[in-house]
Amino acid sequence: MPKPVPAPSELTKPFWDAVDSRRLVIQRCQGCRRYHHPPVELCAKCLSSDLAFEPVSGRGSIYSFTITHDARQPAFAEIQPYTVAVVELEEQPGLYMLSNIPGVPTGDVKSGMPVEVTFEEVVPGRFIPQFQPSRRR
Amino acid sequence: MSRNPIEDKTAVVGIGWTEITRRSGVSVLSLAAEACLAAIGDAGLTPKDVDGLVEYQANDSVGALELADVLGVPAVNWYTDIRGGGDHAVSSVALAAMAVSSGACDTCVVYRALNGRSGHRFGAAKPSTMGGRDQWVLPYGYMVPPQWFAMWARTHMARYGTTHEQLGAIAVNQRRNATMNPRAVFQKPISMEDYLSSRWINEPFHIYDCTVEVDAACAVVVTSAERAQALRHKPVYIKGFAMGSFGRPSWEQWADMTEMYSKHVGEMLWRRTGLTAKDIDVAEVYDCFTYSMMCQLEDYGFCAKGEGGPFVASGAIALEGEIPVNTHGGLLSEGYIHGLNHSCEAVSQLRGDAGQRQVRGAQTALVTSGAGILGGGIVYHTK
Ligand SMILES: [Zn+2]
Repeated sequence: MPKPVPAPSELTKPFWDAVDSRRLVIQRCQGCRRYHHPPVELCAKCLSSDLAFEPVSGRGSIYSFTITHDARQPAFAEIQPYTVAVVELEEQPGLYMLSNIPGVPTGDVKSGMPVEVTFEEVVPGRFIPQFQPSRRR
Repeated sequence: MSRNPIEDKTAVVGIGWTEITRRSGVSVLSLAAEACLAAIGDAGLTPKDVDGLVEYQANDSVGALELADVLGVPAVNWYTDIRGGGDHAVSSVALAAMAVSSGACDTCVVYRALNGRSGHRFGAAKPSTMGGRDQWVLPYGYMVPPQWFAMWARTHMARYGTTHEQLGAIAVNQRRNATMNPRAVFQKPISMEDYLSSRWINEPFHIYDCTVEVDAACAVVVTSAERAQALRHKPVYIKGFAMGSFGRPSWEQWADMTEMYSKHVGEMLWRRTGLTAKDIDVAEVYDCFTYSMMCQLEDYGFCAKGEGGPFVASGAIALEGEIPVNTHGGLLSEGYIHGLNHSCEAVSQLRGDAGQRQVRGAQTALVTSGAGILGGGIVYHTK
């Protein structure tokens, strides 16, 4: 059973197009240089609409996580228990992205754990960003 | 500076419930009518005395005008149908108080009715287009509120050392209260051992950390303070309320998940009413999950930020503790009537009608609704 695949809008298409070529880009205000995720139509900091997607390091840390044991959807029921984490990207405090932490046993996931992006192909040609423990020391 | 022009201008004069079950076997309209008639009758009134209605729902209930027709309300002078979540358990009553005190209507019924177990279940994921917010969360299997609140609870555990046993103390205490509540859907006591050995839903939540979906309705009747004095029960006055939020309205982008809407709303409520947590005799605090309740206790100032865990485990929230919380068993054990049942219980307590679970001498009650990114609080009292 495949996982659900994102349906990008005009606003979010650049993000998902980059992900499909295994790159992580985050929308950034060209006025005040603030990053925004998910993408916005107007910078909430300076009200600029001059926004562009820029590559980011893909590094961050686990802000929080939960382990799901009770998924009702077949795609997730068959892989549970699984971790869902909020990852804080290193580019900016509070720049959060949701992710799973595949490849780490659920009992070993810790808040604050350094992680880096990887890409999961959910259906042929369509990817989602995922995070795994950082290999850098 | 803060104003509170509605202070004591209105009172709750009637409360009513249907039976709370896992399968009502009747329509939501029928549940709504039964609860409203019970509340109107409790006030010593008839539907002919009602001219206002407020209800809230998530596309799972019956609209105010449809219900008014069924009840036999001769004419509606004011009504509001709210689409939204548990945050409206307080704002719906607040709207009724505003409508009555402004003269828009004289006697207003507020109700929440749902077949929340046998009909559409809150815990069930909705059909998705995979656009909007869905594209960021559904590919990760992040779909339902018990996951969002578990995510938030973990931040509190990581930062302040809050434990499973402390969350469990809430579940065990509320079940104890429910054993004294003949309405409660769960009346069998649970022990800490039962809690700790129960199955995981979303870690750090066991099943006993989560509310129980039910089929039920409840209602309150709000009228002017003058009129309330002529009715059969001791009036339960609406002292003041506050609702709102701050920061990014997103479950995934909220900057500090160890605090909720209530950090802002709590301060506003106390400023407006001139009260503090110390003035509250009984608190019915929105408990879709154990953690939602604990975090709000901190935000409303019943204990310091970060000390919610030791506070709830100390017995402070028990019926005989310094601040009895969720005396009916709450959403965890009485059942998820989406929070309006908290106001019904507060009114019971302030009238002195709560039977075995009565908090002796209770004169001032806090009811909160919603949790996480949005919600509200209301203070009721008797004179
Ligand atoms: Zn900007």
